[in-house]
Amino acid sequence: MSLPDDLAYSREHEWVRVDGSQATIGITSFAADELGDIVFVELPDVGAALSQFAAFGVVESVKAVSDLFAPVSGEVVEVNEALQDAPELMNSDPFGSGWIAKVELADNAELDALMDAAAYADETA
Amino acid sequence: MTEAPATGELLRTPLHAVHQELGGRMVPFAGYEMPVQYGSIIEEHRTVRSAVGLFDLSHMGEVEVRGEEAVAFLRYALVSDPGALVTGQAQYSMLCDTDGGIIDDLIVYRLEDQRFWIVCNASNRAAVVEQLTALTDHGDFGAEIEDRSDRTSLIAPQGPNAAALLGELTGVDLDTIGNYRAAQGTVAGVECLVARTGYTGEDGFELFCDAARARDLWEAVSAAGDGHGLRPCGLGARDTLRLEAGMPLYGNELGRDTNPFEVNLGRVVKLEKGEFIGRAALQAVQQGGPERKLIGLQMIDNAIPRAGYEVLAAGTAVGHVTSGTLSPTLGTKVAMALVVADAAGVGNTFEVVVRERPQRAEQVKLPFYKRQRD
Repeated sequence: MSLPDDLAYSREHEWVRVDGSQATIGITSFAADELGDIVFVELPDVGAALSQFAAFGVVESVKAVSDLFAPVSGEVVEVNEALQDAPELMNSDPFGSGWIAKVELADNAELDALMDAAAYADETA
Repeated sequence: MTEAPATGELLRTPLHAVHQELGGRMVPFAGYEMPVQYGSIIEEHRTVRSAVGLFDLSHMGEVEVRGEEAVAFLRYALVSDPGALVTGQAQYSMLCDTDGGIIDDLIVYRLEDQRFWIVCNASNRAAVVEQLTALTDHGDFGAEIEDRSDRTSLIAPQGPNAAALLGELTGVDLDTIGNYRAAQGTVAGVECLVARTGYTGEDGFELFCDAARARDLWEAVSAAGDGHGLRPCGLGARDTLRLEAGMPLYGNELGRDTNPFEVNLGRVVKLEKGEFIGRAALQAVQQGGPERKLIGLQMIDNAIPRAGYEVLAAGTAVGHVTSGTLSPTLGTKVAMALVVADAAGVGNTFEVVVRERPQRAEQVKLPFYKRQRD
């Protein structure tokens, strides 16, 4: 799957799509492929405060449990409830309908600590 | 032939290159490098339930026991009675220690009147050989032990289409090989022991052949499998399949600190056959009743139970999860757990502690899945 170039990427294989003061976050296709079939997602609560690079939720594959790490800090304003019944969306459409949460960005400068698509592609080559 | 490893390196089965060609994700398992999956574990699992999956199980141990006193020896060494087997018949069994703890679970095949094969877990092969050798020496039994694991490969087509597939490749009349029966024959020109045994809860076969012919056999079965929906399957699917079928796994449900009676395997122990290793200890457990019980759990709350998670009953710790997953066939979150015997009862509610939070579960009957039989 090609990496959308309008996103910012973290070392822990999360992506960020900025939209004004808010951002949508998710995991990358690389992470989803590594995990294999995703069967469960523990979403953060709406209102939760995420801290950049800190664990904020859990994603489970058939065999393993993995932490999700926030690529940016902010307050969760919406979570993708569709993932409760269809966690496999993270495998089939990780950059689209497999999104995890929307946050109110705490500090845009944090985006400087993330990579662009080209740099992330190099990291995961 | 397995390659001799440098110190610390993993062993490989003769099919290692095939797994890599198929895109297998290789992981360390019992000292071997084995494929955990080729694509999707769930798809591989479903293929076994609906068509036929093909497994490389060459890492497992095959130990031959033969001689004039082979029967007497095995009746003494194992908890079951291999003397009750006819030629061409197999039984599930265990090697227990004097305290009743399980050294390994295994299948014993009677190949000839005085020649048996013990097929055991890769992780316990050395312990099994050591125990059997020590017992023959100590008991002065007229029986020989030969570890044939390195020269024997094992591939297993499992699923409702396995018989039709195999039927195209062998002259052996598969109707004469019922469940837990085996026969020597040729499959695609390769000499095999053809056994109707498996670890998936489906109909299926385990094909034992010379390691030198493993690749030929795999490729022939795969090629013929195209017409039957065959998919290569890894250890990931093997685990979810056996868990759905309520089958125990050594290292999870079974271990040196478990006895057969606490894990629903009392029926395998034949206390009345005469003296055998572990008899006194096992008789005591049977008479007093086991202190723990292996139960099936189905989650009520939305969380996946995993091996090692604590199990509570009304807030009190009563045991732990031994294996757990999301069942691909049933879509439910299920587990096997070892709990204090008094707490067990179908319909009882428990809490599984998942990331420090108690999540409700209900005890259900095992197995979770049983295949339809005609």
